[in-house]
Amino acid sequence: MNVAAERLPAEEPAGSFAAAFAWAFSRDVRLTIRHPGETLLVVAFFVLVASLFPLGVGAEPQLLQRIGPGVIWVCALLAAFLSLPGMFASDYADGSLEQMTLSPHPMSGWACGKIAAHWFATGLPLTVLSPLLGLQYGLSGDTLGALAAALVLGTPVLSLLGAACTALALGARGGGMLLALLALPLFVPVLVFGAGAAEAQASGLSAAPHLSILAAGLIVAAMGLPAAVCAAVRIAMD
Amino acid sequence: MSARLEARALACSRGPATLFRDVSFELSPGEWLAVRGPNGSGKTTLLRCVAGLTRVDRGQVLWDGAAAAGAAFHASLLYSGHLPGIKDDLTAEENLQSALGLRAVPVSGTAIRGALAEVGLEKRRRLPARRLSAGQRRRIGLARLMLDPARFWALDEPLTALDDEGRGLFERLLERHLAAGGLALLATHHDLAPAPARVLRIGA
Repeated sequence: MNVAAERLPAEEPAGSFAAAFAWAFSRDVRLTIRHPGETLLVVAFFVLVASLFPLGVGAEPQLLQRIGPGVIWVCALLAAFLSLPGMFASDYADGSLEQMTLSPHPMSGWACGKIAAHWFATGLPLTVLSPLLGLQYGLSGDTLGALAAALVLGTPVLSLLGAACTALALGARGGGMLLALLALPLFVPVLVFGAGAAEAQASGLSAAPHLSILAAGLIVAAMGLPAAVCAAVRIAMD
Repeated sequence: MSARLEARALACSRGPATLFRDVSFELSPGEWLAVRGPNGSGKTTLLRCVAGLTRVDRGQVLWDGAAAAGAAFHASLLYSGHLPGIKDDLTAEENLQSALGLRAVPVSGTAIRGALAEVGLEKRRRLPARRLSAGQRRRIGLARLMLDPARFWALDEPLTALDDEGRGLFERLLERHLAAGGLALLATHHDLAPAPARVLRIGA
């Protein structure tokens, strides 16, 4: 029985951040590819809502150029919010989260991997599509560039903040409503500076200050929020 | 192989209800302890406390003389609760690969196939887990027991949904585990063939 022989080595393998990150990222991306429905819904929601606005407010080019960046940002933010509940829910429901908590790998490793996979499945497609939607609003090339740059920096912050809020709301009844109350106010600064970047560019100023603040926010969020996610998961397990 | 598990005066309450108090036990290599008690007496909670998922109100769990926590303890612990942590969208093979990757156990595809063959899932190893029956999903867990070198098993009702043959398989695995110097803490109502070193009754 060669299986018996293979379980004998008693050396304890050490866990590592990188291994846990790669484990969580590849598993979640594989699950997303196998079940692309949720990602497609999020993207479809984004495209639909952003396309409804010009129909609703009328086709005045000046008005559309004026509201375009803000509308696209709000749509991206709501689309990212819609995808949050699924982030930990299935792992919580099928017991994977228990196993992840008890892994010899550091918790922050798989937490970061899951957040990165979430961004890959939502933030990235939203960012890639945003210039196309911007064209509907008659935004200039520079403005489209600033919009996409702001989304590249801002959507990971949404994933990080969302992960912490989702983990906090785990196991709570009426978790969806609670999640909205927790997450949406925290998204406000990202929205302000994200939409501000494209608006500054459109009015002839530089988008750089807004983008710098978004980048700084991303760094702070990436340093601090994975630890918050781990703490919240521990509470949910208790 | 000197690892020992020791629980000292564990107490846990859920809200106003005290589930257990002053629960102490010791486990030496090659022994297994059966946790018995009526439904709702806190067997699952005790296992979760020992694994470190649920905080105890009082008492402590020692592994190898040190507090049972952290990567060293987690590397030696294989915990399986009511929810087996199996992803419906992954195949039996991928589920095993994923579970062992999370436990930082390097394992070859051949070993995984061998283990699945031994638990009778060889022909279904490429089916998504959602198309397996409850007992077959449990058998993925048995294959995991086979491949994971963890020295301490904490298993909650490991025989649920298993047929007689599956139960025999589990008993053989348990025997092999104990013979290799392993320890096990099992919450089970069944009398298993390698008899427990001790029986811990709670909620009585």
